[in-house]
Amino acid sequence: MPPKKSSWSWRSRAARGLAYQVVAIAVIAMIVWFLASNTLHNMRVRGIQSGFDFLSQPAGFSIGESLFPFDSAESYWRAFLVGVSNTLRVAVAGIFLSTILGTLVGVGRFSRNALVRGLCYGYVECFRNIPVLLHLLMWYLVLTDLLPAIQDAWHVGPFFLSKGGVNFPVPVWHPGLAWAIGGLFAGAAAAGLYRAWARRRFEETGIARSVFWVPVLLVLACVALGWLAGGAPSLVDSPEKGEFAVENGGALTPEFLALLLGLSTYTAAFIAEVVRSGIASVPAGQGEAAAALGLDRGLEMRLVMMPQALRVIIPPLTNQYLNLTKNSSLAVAIGYPDIVSIANTAMNQTGRAVECIAILMAVYLTISLLTSALMNWYNARVAIKER
Amino acid sequence: MNRAGYQPIAPRPAPADTGGPWAWLRANLFADWKTATSTLVLGGLLLWFVPRLFDWAVLGAVWSADLKACRAAEGAGACWGVITEKYRIIIFGRYPFEQQWRPLVATVLMLAMLIASCTRAFWRPWLAVLWVAVLAVFFVLMYGNTPGLARVETDRWGGLPLTILLATLSIVMAFPIALVVALGRRSDLPAIRAFCTLYVELIRGVPLISLLFMASFMFPLFMPQGLTIDVLIRVLVGITLFTAAYLAEVIRGGLQAIPKGQLEAAATLGLSYWQTQRKIVLPQALAMVVPSIMNSFISVFKDTSLVSIVSLYELTGALDMAINADADWKPFKLQGYVFIAAIYFIFCFSMSRYSRWVERQVNKSRMR
Repeated sequence: MPPKKSSWSWRSRAARGLAYQVVAIAVIAMIVWFLASNTLHNMRVRGIQSGFDFLSQPAGFSIGESLFPFDSAESYWRAFLVGVSNTLRVAVAGIFLSTILGTLVGVGRFSRNALVRGLCYGYVECFRNIPVLLHLLMWYLVLTDLLPAIQDAWHVGPFFLSKGGVNFPVPVWHPGLAWAIGGLFAGAAAAGLYRAWARRRFEETGIARSVFWVPVLLVLACVALGWLAGGAPSLVDSPEKGEFAVENGGALTPEFLALLLGLSTYTAAFIAEVVRSGIASVPAGQGEAAAALGLDRGLEMRLVMMPQALRVIIPPLTNQYLNLTKNSSLAVAIGYPDIVSIANTAMNQTGRAVECIAILMAVYLTISLLTSALMNWYNARVAIKER
Repeated sequence: MNRAGYQPIAPRPAPADTGGPWAWLRANLFADWKTATSTLVLGGLLLWFVPRLFDWAVLGAVWSADLKACRAAEGAGACWGVITEKYRIIIFGRYPFEQQWRPLVATVLMLAMLIASCTRAFWRPWLAVLWVAVLAVFFVLMYGNTPGLARVETDRWGGLPLTILLATLSIVMAFPIALVVALGRRSDLPAIRAFCTLYVELIRGVPLISLLFMASFMFPLFMPQGLTIDVLIRVLVGITLFTAAYLAEVIRGGLQAIPKGQLEAAATLGLSYWQTQRKIVLPQALAMVVPSIMNSFISVFKDTSLVSIVSLYELTGALDMAINADADWKPFKLQGYVFIAAIYFIFCFSMSRYSRWVERQVNKSRMR
């Protein structure tokens, strides 16, 4: 029987562990204290105030574009809100576009057509080996320099393209449109029910029904019915060429477009690689079995390869989404008012550097955690159910 | 024995030609009507686009620094003259003109060192010593302040040497931090694990640009009064801390792939924690993640372009500086972008090719 040690000894693993941790905590506490005391001292000396009370003061700067009206007399927290909404706007649109483009390019790497394969490979290598900042600057230069001036904007029907960005018609709000929106929800519900029914029938009888076109038609029909029920409001606000600008209608600024296109085309190259490696991870026998059953290449990809590849694809795909969101902070280089550039302006004006950085970190951490949670939920849904 | 009754069956026909260019074309471009259609459509687009691109970039291009010719060719051909005119500023930034042989020699030395480190014959312990020596020579050459070499302050450094310096130094300095943090995240000691997790998640949760803003604007607030640290070093610290968090996750991935039996075997042999890590775990884990480490290096190389936002003139910043100040050449900025994009592409593409090669080398032991 080993002698029972009651005294403290270096030979005890637990005691050593405790000692290491105490030392680590002490060192980190000292560093934090050193930095904090320096900061407090410097702030006192320079007369910088601290605290979050500045958030309710008027911002005093105007913002180029926002989802909701904002003017410089409004408070800082409204300005931050505009920044967050701008970041989210470009991130959501970018995630949508890059997923579509990336999946197409990634699947294209497996095409039987050598030309398609080669082009997809070339796309991936060209786009991911050049810094994203350079992509953004190039897009911005092309959109603001090489396009025609606003006065002689290119246009196809009511769509205008010029140095001032893109202008497009938007429907004017009318209470009757609420019916159409109601129709959209009703259609979505009907489509969901139809799909569940079709799946059940398929499992019972083996007769496959269209699970794409019928739901799409259902939704469209319900929207059209709602629109007619609401009195078919068809007033549209179309852009017109004015003397100095394209007026009315909806508009996307060149800053937003440059950021959106730059981020999506860059991230799409990475998503394509993620998709390619996911598909490559499915054993080749699965594809051969699908071919032996008589599925053509499209069905083989959709029904056999993709569902199995998804569980490999989703975790790295989440990372790409987060990267895209974080890269949207490069907006500051081309003057799109996202959260980083607003925080930067606020920092320069108020000197509350610590607070602004804290807000920035909080915003990005929240977005990251939400995105991860969403993708983890999706991942759990598509994961292969094993015993 | 009935020999007369023996009738050989007719030989089967030879299989259709499965080799040669025609068979390849048939299999890869015209297999069925779908592939044939997409081949024709894409081929048509390429035939339309490529000659025009070639006309613009090569045939109709102006190569000499001739502003008049460039203006005349505008729209019809590229103006590479802007590069001929400005390449010294784009590549070396604001470094004093007559001293630019110094960054040139320093960069060539650093590149030679990087290439040597990628070559198997040089994977020896003395490589580390050589690295220290080369980095020292790099700094002496760039900074000067020795007999024969005039002093050049770091705010005049720029262009490609700065890009390479930032990328190389930050990955070299991030590596030991990442190693410790990765081990810390898998440690049994809760306090250490918590700190390491907090560090990694906090840094990975925010964009690099906010760290760079912090490094360049807030860092002076953190330091005791009177102590000012060069902006280059502050930015380097920012990039290093950022890279270390990502690298730590890469290394942790390798650590997790080590089967538990390896650790148990080491414990059975009576190895201590550090002996286990040094002799058993790390050699296997690091070999496994070499390709991912290369990919991190490529990301860092591209991310260095962000320091142009906090006014350091690396390649991207130097281009802006070279062209924005000159109203004559400003209309030809796109060509400047294409030029530095090509430089980035050459570096990143060759690194990713190298990483593929390493991956094959690493996997050799597992192939059968």
